[in-house]
Amino acid sequence: MGEEFVRLSDVTKRFGSAAPALDAVSGSIKGGEITGLVGPDGAGKTTLIRLMTGLMLPDTGRIEVLGFDTRKDAASIQAAIGYMPQRFGLYEDLSVQENLDLYADLRGLPLAERPEVFDELLTFTDLKRFTGRLAGKLSGGMKQKLGLACALLKKPRLLLLDEPGVGVDPISRRDLWAMVENLTKEGIGVLWSTAYLDEAEACHRVLLLNEGKLLFTGTPSELTSRVDGRVFRLGGIEGRRRPILTKVLGEAGVVDGVIQGEAIRLVLDAPEPQGWKAKDIAGKGAVINPTAPRFEDAFVDMLGGGPGGQSKLADAAVPRDRTEGGAVIEAHGLTKRFGDFTAASDITFSIPRGQIFGLLGPNGAGKSTTFKMLCGLLKPTEGEGRVAGFDLRRDTAEARNRLGYMAQKFSLYGDLNVAQNLAFFAGVYGLSGAGKRERIALMTEIFDFRSILGMSAKDLPLGLKQRLALACAVLHEPEALFLDEPTSGVDPITRREFWTHINGLVEKGVTVLVTTHFMDEAEYCDRISLIYRGRSIALGSPDELKASVASPENPDPTMEDAFIELVRNSDLAEAA
Amino acid sequence: MSTEALVGTKETAPPTGRARRFTALVRKESLQVIRDPSSILIAFVLPLILLVIFGYGVSLDATRTRIGLVIENATPIAQDLAASFQASRYFEVATGRDRREFEEGLILGRVRGIVVIPTNFTDVGAAGSSPQIQVIVDGSDPNTANFVQNYAQGVVGTWMAQRAAEIAMRPPPISVEQRFWFNPELASRNFLVPGSIAIVMTLVGTLLTSLVVAREWERGTMEAMMATPVTATELLAGKILPYFILGLASMSLCVLIAVFIFGVPFRGSVLALYALSASFLMPALGQGLLISAATKNQFLASQLALLSAFLPAFLLSGFLFEINSMPWIIRIVTTIVPARYLIPSLQSVFVAGDIWPMFLRSIAVMLTIGVVLFILAARSTRKRIG
Repeated sequence: MGEEFVRLSDVTKRFGSAAPALDAVSGSIKGGEITGLVGPDGAGKTTLIRLMTGLMLPDTGRIEVLGFDTRKDAASIQAAIGYMPQRFGLYEDLSVQENLDLYADLRGLPLAERPEVFDELLTFTDLKRFTGRLAGKLSGGMKQKLGLACALLKKPRLLLLDEPGVGVDPISRRDLWAMVENLTKEGIGVLWSTAYLDEAEACHRVLLLNEGKLLFTGTPSELTSRVDGRVFRLGGIEGRRRPILTKVLGEAGVVDGVIQGEAIRLVLDAPEPQGWKAKDIAGKGAVINPTAPRFEDAFVDMLGGGPGGQSKLADAAVPRDRTEGGAVIEAHGLTKRFGDFTAASDITFSIPRGQIFGLLGPNGAGKSTTFKMLCGLLKPTEGEGRVAGFDLRRDTAEARNRLGYMAQKFSLYGDLNVAQNLAFFAGVYGLSGAGKRERIALMTEIFDFRSILGMSAKDLPLGLKQRLALACAVLHEPEALFLDEPTSGVDPITRREFWTHINGLVEKGVTVLVTTHFMDEAEYCDRISLIYRGRSIALGSPDELKASVASPENPDPTMEDAFIELVRNSDLAEAA
Repeated sequence: MSTEALVGTKETAPPTGRARRFTALVRKESLQVIRDPSSILIAFVLPLILLVIFGYGVSLDATRTRIGLVIENATPIAQDLAASFQASRYFEVATGRDRREFEEGLILGRVRGIVVIPTNFTDVGAAGSSPQIQVIVDGSDPNTANFVQNYAQGVVGTWMAQRAAEIAMRPPPISVEQRFWFNPELASRNFLVPGSIAIVMTLVGTLLTSLVVAREWERGTMEAMMATPVTATELLAGKILPYFILGLASMSLCVLIAVFIFGVPFRGSVLALYALSASFLMPALGQGLLISAATKNQFLASQLALLSAFLPAFLLSGFLFEINSMPWIIRIVTTIVPARYLIPSLQSVFVAGDIWPMFLRSIAVMLTIGVVLFILAARSTRKRIG
């Protein structure tokens, strides 16, 4: 226990002439514990793991893994570690058993030991019933467990897992975590890379990366201790919480603030509000109470605080009458079948003007299918969808002109530069002449694009890409905004900045539909629908959903607790 | 117990581990080939399509061509000549009285030429001098035009010789009789089909191989494998063997179809066929692996394979175009195209028989190119990413 398995000294790696992917990173990974390699997408996590496997060499600096130098002795390292790359490294056209056999042969697991090892791993991963199934036909969670089993065949001393939690439902994620934690009891060292800060919180120790630089190394509690006593929950808010958040963020000494269900979570620079009172801002019933700090609070504090609450984009938007008319986005019994597979079944909800509605669920649950039916990209098998009163089947073009769409991974044209992307999307949305020039100039000013107008979209850092995608989606001042996984993988500051804009637009009367698998992000919504296996298994405000699963053992459940509990109930109901 | 003691030592001798890793890779690859519809498509369906195209569709032979035959004056002698045209196996003849009847047909391409036996034909012919007939062809299609012209002259020549013989009651003084060795029917199918087998092996050896390696990079399985104790050589060898066998299987299928369905003769030995094919697969596989080492993307790999292997096998191998009639610089380029060594030898195996001195020379050259490509591929395949 506690022995250093990996030693990183001043590791630097560059690709081309861009800023280094890793910049003088030093640190260590110990045996017998889970070390979190934490950071947003593009922080350098995958590069660092590949350097540890010896599949890539550092430009400068030194990496020692289990006593071997990666430059000189990559083969010895590869014989002693287990590595699960991001897509699990499975052969989809081989069965579970054939994948295991292949990796057992490659790793040189003696034949005599196999029956026992296979049995143990299949039991451990609960895959025994599926040994004959092709890996490509497994669910995300099962693939990931099989990937882990393949990495564990010849009990490694060090296990490197590259984003094992991505795209997996929370239940499988918890199962996997429990398995990995078990391994550490045998002295195995585990590196778990993640962009989710709640996963980071559960690690024994973390290496926190941002833009290739190591920001912090130590236990999560050491990191959160920097905000101890400075994190508060502002509850009992009267009126709409989004303008109140904007107001609070404008007060002196407020480092960070986010919406959390009906309340607002705040990080201050002092143990109590300085020079302002909760009641003055949030109404007579408002109370401000200290709450336990979380990893994200500390991360944001470390990065110098959130971006503030003012959205220039929202300031420039024309207010719409929030009381006018009924629902802006409606789904009635939306169903989509592909052959005999039902991707979405009987989805019904309606979103009044000026609200944020979230579709929450793991990858493959049917969120994106529902979403695509509502913006006219997929024809529903049954049911109907309406946007701003227009039927998506009959008046597709009118409906589409009322909505702005921001696709997963920001579908920008990578080979066009920023200005060209803006001009293209303005054209697509039917803007022309002076109107087009005006809107583009406004977006350029609001999002500060002037200095990067000539850069290719594909070369932009993730945060800027996301800004550009948002700018393109709101160019034509849509009534409804469709956001598909808008902040997946971006750093918390960029995420806050994004939500500040969205919150501001919502206050101006824009209606928002968002899909997310981020439990935290669900808290920003007015109402959410939990989508699981193509069906909506619960619908309500975040606080309602959380309250519905509160129990004496867990009086204050998180969104993830609620999700897991509701999925379990749904499974039980189905089994009955 | 004794087994436990054995296991306890856990020291697998290096060769055993190596052999086991190799067999595991070969088994994996074979399973993937069997289960992947696209490999079956490239190895068995595409060859079938190619063979059908070259067996039936593309033919460089003269078959019956439609012409219009105008007999302006139906004298017995003109009708005798007309009968010769009608009896010709090269022409399908429609007869008429006036050339205007066929003019539109020629313009529309319904007939390929008009042969006119003029009014004064009888007299001239009887005088013993060269009889005059008129041949009208469509100059926008020079090949067919030449063909119609030459064969019409041929028909007339033969007819004249016969007439002369009949009149003189003795055989014509001299006649040239052509004889083609080895392919007496002069069926182009007999040399196109063996050539297309070379194309098929190029597809399997180079295109399919480069695609499957690129696919492993795209799906991230290559990365997972590289992080195991497997060596780069084992990775390469594990790819070569299954696709080598697949290439030979695909070739065998083609030969069976060529011989039994298209009736292409097979005059050489099976040994020669396999020796030549196996030697050709070496450079083909080497090139596939080299391409996949250079590119990690299926699209790029397929483009490179098509440009650097498939097209040269088609155009620069002597398959469709005579190498001797190419400009000298192109002729130099053809010397490194493996297919140019395979195709003549393979054609011999089919239509002529075994000519071992020629085969051995071809095999030696193909193996040499293969070794060079393998060395290059092995050097550029390292256990490294990026």
